[in-house]
Amino acid sequence: MGVEGIGARVVRKEDKRFITGKGRYVDDIKLLGMTHAHFIRSPHAHAKVKGIDSSAALKMPGVVAVLTGQQLVDDKVGNLICGWAITSKDGSPMKMGAWPAMAPETVRFVGQAVAVVIADSKNLARDAAEAVVVDYEELPAVADVHAAIKAGAPQLHPEAPGNQVYDWVIGDEGATDAAFAKAANVVKLDVTNNRLAPNAMEPRAAIADYDAAEEHFTLYTTSQNPHVARLVLSAFYNIAPEHKLRVIAPDVGGGFGSKIFIYPEEMVALWASKKVGRPVKWTGDRTEAFLTDAHGRDHVTHAEMAFDANNKIIGLKVKTYANFGAYMSLFSSSVPTYLYATLLSGQYNIPAIHAEVIGVYTNTTPVDAYRGAGRPEASYLIERLMETAARQLKVDPAQLRRTNFITQFPHQTPVIMAYDTGDFNASLDAAMKAIDYAGFAARKAQAKSEGKLRGIGVSCYIEACGIAPSKAVGSLGAGVGLWESAEVRVNPVGTIEVLTGSHSHGQGHETVFAQLISDRLGIPISQVSIVHGDTDKVQFGMGTYGSRSAAVGLTAILKAVEKVESKAKKIAAHQLEASEADIVIENGEFKVTGTDKAIALPMVALAAYTAHNLPDGMEPGLKESAFYDPSNFTFPAGTYICELEVDPGTGKTSFVNFVAADDFGRLINPMIVEGQVHGGLVQGIGQALLEHAIYDANGQPVTASFMDYAMPRADDVPSFNLSHTTTLCPGNPLGIKGCGEAGAIGASAAVINAITDAIGKNNLEMPATPDRVWRTIHAA
Amino acid sequence: MYQTTYHRASSVDEAASLFGKSSEAKFLAGGQTLLPVMKQRLAGPSDVIDLGKIKDMIGVEASGDTLTIKAATPHYDVATSDAAKKAIPALAYLASLIGDPAVRYRGTIGGSLANNDPAADYPAATLALGATIKTNKRSIAADDYFQGLFSTALEDGEIITAVSFPIPAKAGYAKFPHPASRFALTGVFVAKTKSGDVRVAVTGASQSGVMRVAALEAALKASWAASAVDSVSIPASGLLSDIHGSSDYRANLIKVMAQRAVAAAG
Repeated sequence: MGVEGIGARVVRKEDKRFITGKGRYVDDIKLLGMTHAHFIRSPHAHAKVKGIDSSAALKMPGVVAVLTGQQLVDDKVGNLICGWAITSKDGSPMKMGAWPAMAPETVRFVGQAVAVVIADSKNLARDAAEAVVVDYEELPAVADVHAAIKAGAPQLHPEAPGNQVYDWVIGDEGATDAAFAKAANVVKLDVTNNRLAPNAMEPRAAIADYDAAEEHFTLYTTSQNPHVARLVLSAFYNIAPEHKLRVIAPDVGGGFGSKIFIYPEEMVALWASKKVGRPVKWTGDRTEAFLTDAHGRDHVTHAEMAFDANNKIIGLKVKTYANFGAYMSLFSSSVPTYLYATLLSGQYNIPAIHAEVIGVYTNTTPVDAYRGAGRPEASYLIERLMETAARQLKVDPAQLRRTNFITQFPHQTPVIMAYDTGDFNASLDAAMKAIDYAGFAARKAQAKSEGKLRGIGVSCYIEACGIAPSKAVGSLGAGVGLWESAEVRVNPVGTIEVLTGSHSHGQGHETVFAQLISDRLGIPISQVSIVHGDTDKVQFGMGTYGSRSAAVGLTAILKAVEKVESKAKKIAAHQLEASEADIVIENGEFKVTGTDKAIALPMVALAAYTAHNLPDGMEPGLKESAFYDPSNFTFPAGTYICELEVDPGTGKTSFVNFVAADDFGRLINPMIVEGQVHGGLVQGIGQALLEHAIYDANGQPVTASFMDYAMPRADDVPSFNLSHTTTLCPGNPLGIKGCGEAGAIGASAAVINAITDAIGKNNLEMPATPDRVWRTIHAA
Repeated sequence: MYQTTYHRASSVDEAASLFGKSSEAKFLAGGQTLLPVMKQRLAGPSDVIDLGKIKDMIGVEASGDTLTIKAATPHYDVATSDAAKKAIPALAYLASLIGDPAVRYRGTIGGSLANNDPAADYPAATLALGATIKTNKRSIAADDYFQGLFSTALEDGEIITAVSFPIPAKAGYAKFPHPASRFALTGVFVAKTKSGDVRVAVTGASQSGVMRVAALEAALKASWAASAVDSVSIPASGLLSDIHGSSDYRANLIKVMAQRAVAAAG
């Protein structure tokens, strides 16, 4: 490990601009002649749009245009797509209603756009928007998933009778029923996985700039995957062909999944910019973020786990209702199916699993991937089940997990996934030691004498990252491959540019990716630039989500670096009059092994570009690219243990300790990994204690601001005690598993298991608000 | 935000005069409520008259049996005031719990009392301590001042200039913060006057805004101890109920916070 190589705790290169206010976000960009868009959004959860009168608005100062959903239809702009086809158990394809970028006829959730005002300034657009009169005819609405599937419920889309998108199954039902038939014990649990609003710090924004002479569009957008945005915008929406559309995602202030998707606003901005002949900017405000950024989670599940007489799990049955909101967002269909049910085996050897997932439309904001995407829901369910089982079977919860751990790898689960490696006992041991599990009983007794209810909760999570082997996901219905690309350009003076299809929106790629280059070629990270987020610079890429950027994106860079090294060695050997096989790279020099003959990287690079003395037949230059398609998912896993106290008078939870023992495979920058875990844990704790996107029975959002939606703050969470146990991922050459989502996946169950341990009652839904906990304590 | 004309008044009289000349003026006394409401276009005053730079309206001083906080004094100043901490430490503590540091640097006691948010902290102290609200026109007893949600005895254009708090024998404040907004989900201020009277005021809990609770006052007058509250029954009727706290939970919190406030008061 060099001082800036793999494994070094290098301070983030990008932070200088972020913490000095020099970041360049979409809203910082101002173009000549730029107009501003303000969307007119439905105040109703379900209504017919009878008419839109914009005549008064059009006469107001600075108004350039008022555009409506009908004009989108007239211009044959395509509807939003869902990119993962799911097949129901009866063999039928999923049933989807159309999602126009602005609703011409019917609105189906509060916040859905019906029109947009384009004006010279943001405030003038807002002023004019107030003068646009939309005539709505309200329709009955439904927000709750159980209410939506009842006979007689308000129907959202004629294409989806009963509001059902699909009824999908996985696993072997017969084998599972047989296991339950011979079970010594069956543990049952009903679980709600609460709906969350992602709330990236930077709201979504877009600037579209149409060049009439070139018939070319440029879109600046807050995207986690600008190439996918360009692909979808050009392939499906009939706005611009791919070679005439440049998508730039500059600095982006957090995504957590919510900026994967192509949203109506950037579609409308592109279309409008051509219509008005000027650049169009839209920057969402926080209310718009609450109303229109895709929400996360929102499952209602019944599960049963069968045990034999030795407390070994022999079967698992799961039935989940997933609330999709009013429309199917880009990857929504895959989240409660292939990203959820395929992880239901957890860390355990479960011979038979059967899961059924029913996707349901409701008059709420669309739901899609949010940090963890399906895996938090699976992990929470399994770890609540294990805790419930331990209580019911009267065994220690850590021991019950140990009894059922998978210990032989590779391990094929009954739900598609083949775990490649892991050591679940090692992370459980590390976490138990860190929290002094053995001493808990004494601490609980001490707390009791002080009037506090103390609890401990274990959560052993596993997730599938490194998304994803293209062939595998293609066979499961994915509309795209999930490889990654990279290009490594060595400049004639030996500095390096790395172009990557990954996109950093907080993760620290500019540092981490440069560390690999430093490790391989021995140059300081200051001499490496990471280029991303611009479809004109990077040829193609799939972006950043699913903890994939190191396992997939960095591996693509490694593949390109290996090609660069190979060519550079040939050049060095030629220059040094040595055999290529004898050249080794050490500290930025190409050396002839066993001699003092060496040539530094800049001289090799210069030789490559002067081309005065290259091996016969070699092309000049030193630039290589690679595409890397993973052979399998990666499987980060670990154990989180939470110790906390509940105040019986108020139901308020206070953390005593929170330990995390993660196995992420190889760590490139442990400091950045810790930051990722911290953030994930806070989001997991936020889901467990605070966050809940709530709608009333009529589909009106109750939590559309930070006054009502409780985001976790620094004083809501403890100081975390982190450690790592490591098994290297065999699926990629660096042995990386990914770390971006683990905290959000594993934390919630640890918290709820600890609270329910503290209060001595097992049934407690998230978020465990003080009111809810107090009520549960005092319930008869 | 709609267009508005900003005025920075240099005296109370000037502020009152500006108000009289404007069609739909609002006083700005920190702006922690007014400005967000304006940004959301829920308010569009023609004129905003800033009271925050009127020197005569800023300061904390104790004199005899009274602690006076001038109306434009920010919460941070009260929280850190030696005079306040010595005279009524519970009041300085209350100020330290309001909002976050940015709010405490901007928000003022006069602004808080004039707005009378049902979950604000200051109304609890003002009512429990039996303070007097001084305006540019008169003095108003706290018992007469609070008139329900966002409603007070202030007349149109009347400006709070200072609040005078009788220094109590004992006082304590216990706040259970709203998980999202950090306003009081329920906050209870208890005070024992030097003459032996007990006053208890609750914020955040009632549908009618800040309120005194006679049952708690009687119990604590009989015995100034947290345990004295044990037998008091707080009805849930008339209490707020929302996603963060049902009315029976708030009823429980009134009791629990009262106990903790008494314990804190010593």
